[in-house]
Amino acid sequence: MAVTVTIPTALRQYAAGQAAISIASGTIGEVLQGLVDAHPQLGRQLYNEQQQLRSFVNVYVGDEDIRYLQGLATPVPDGETVSIIPAIAGGVVRDA
Amino acid sequence: MPDATLTNEEIRRYSRHLILPEFGMAAQRQLKQGSVLLIGAGGLGSPLALYLAAAGVGHLGIVDFDTVDESNLQRQIAHGTSTVGVNKALSARRRIADLNPHVEVTVIDEPISSENALALMQPYQVIIDGTDNFPTRYLTNDAAVLLKKPNIYGSIFRFEGQATVFWPDRGGPCYRCLYPEPPPPGLVPSCAEGGVLGVLPGVIGTIQATEAIKILTGTGEPLIGRLMLYDALTMRFRELRLRRNPACPVCGDQPNITELIDYQQFCGIVPEPAAASDEITPPAVAAWLTRDDRPFLLDVREANEWEIGHIAGAVRISVNELVNRLNELDSAVEMVVYCRSGVRSGRAVEMLRQAGFRKVQNMAGGILRWSAEVDPSIPQY
Ligand SMILES: [Zn+2]
Repeated sequence: MAVTVTIPTALRQYAAGQAAISIASGTIGEVLQGLVDAHPQLGRQLYNEQQQLRSFVNVYVGDEDIRYLQGLATPVPDGETVSIIPAIAGGVVRDA
Repeated sequence: MPDATLTNEEIRRYSRHLILPEFGMAAQRQLKQGSVLLIGAGGLGSPLALYLAAAGVGHLGIVDFDTVDESNLQRQIAHGTSTVGVNKALSARRRIADLNPHVEVTVIDEPISSENALALMQPYQVIIDGTDNFPTRYLTNDAAVLLKKPNIYGSIFRFEGQATVFWPDRGGPCYRCLYPEPPPPGLVPSCAEGGVLGVLPGVIGTIQATEAIKILTGTGEPLIGRLMLYDALTMRFRELRLRRNPACPVCGDQPNITELIDYQQFCGIVPEPAAASDEITPPAVAAWLTRDDRPFLLDVREANEWEIGHIAGAVRISVNELVNRLNELDSAVEMVVYCRSGVRSGRAVEMLRQAGFRKVQNMAGGILRWSAEVDPSIPQY
């Protein structure tokens, strides 16, 4: 029984280039841990030194931000999609 | 406020709007009386400026102090070959003068800052954020919240884009509700490193333009409280819910940011101390490479950049992989690090020094300057 975690472009380099990864279901904390176990380089991108989710990385279960659900204890039902949405600065691209 | 009456010429020009049952004369007059401030006339700002002008928005302010470069033209369609080297706001105004002479364009060719932001934004009904850096995003956000104006947000990265409307005065969230703090410099790659598909800002910019026109005319349902995500590779749009955070420092119930702050400092950007001994010029590197004590040359760019051109004898390790591949490097050997322009390699040198490498220097100006001063057969990109 698994959930799909979508990996944003900016973080794919830390996840072997994959755009979506299947992880065993559980709480969102467990799902993210499963993700970091599979791709350890993602750990530093997702968590700060205190092992809290970084403030510029938002995590959604379905279309809802986990900050407005039960945080890392939010259950992720089978088949659900988890989205990781980091802040991106881009707009005008500097060419200089 | 300009006269809201439409001349016969304007009626002919806007007839495809006027015959839209949901739009008509009333909405067109609102556009004519409408005003929009575009922050940035680059990738997002270009389609925004053109479509808003074509649609008949009466007054556009365009903030940009950069000049048009050849490499902008792959996506910045408000500019052209004839305006390379011209200020971008001015270049956009020239294009708009031809597209729709009924639009008044104010050129603001200075950087937006905490000192001028509120005064710059005050005269406009709608603010559009088309910037490329976190300090300006937070500045634009905070100023728009303080002025109770809608801030139409768009952002792009490689093949992905995001758009939403931040408008706490209408119950929606602001950018800080979404991201209370920016990433520390260096943790998230910037666009200059990542590149961008040229049509991508067209898709996101036209979504922003659509929202501006809807807000000015009160048409439809604005993109408030929803984050639109677009992935060009899979050609999918998705929507996530955004909520106002009652504890938000700027739009929350008890805000503690009630005036503009120092956004460079907030984003952790400290002026670089001039460390001349860390840097070496491309001609000096070229001369050194001909000697027996030649340095180890490290290229920290991405594989696709390496393919465009590289310096013979260099070894490539992307700056993003460097921390995990330090064991491949010899700290006893003199090393010169380069990238495209010297920014990423500067970061790599910093990282290497922290890891105990002492004999590392950054090639100033990167391969761009190498091409200009040493080997013009290497293309600039
Ligand atoms: Zn807020």
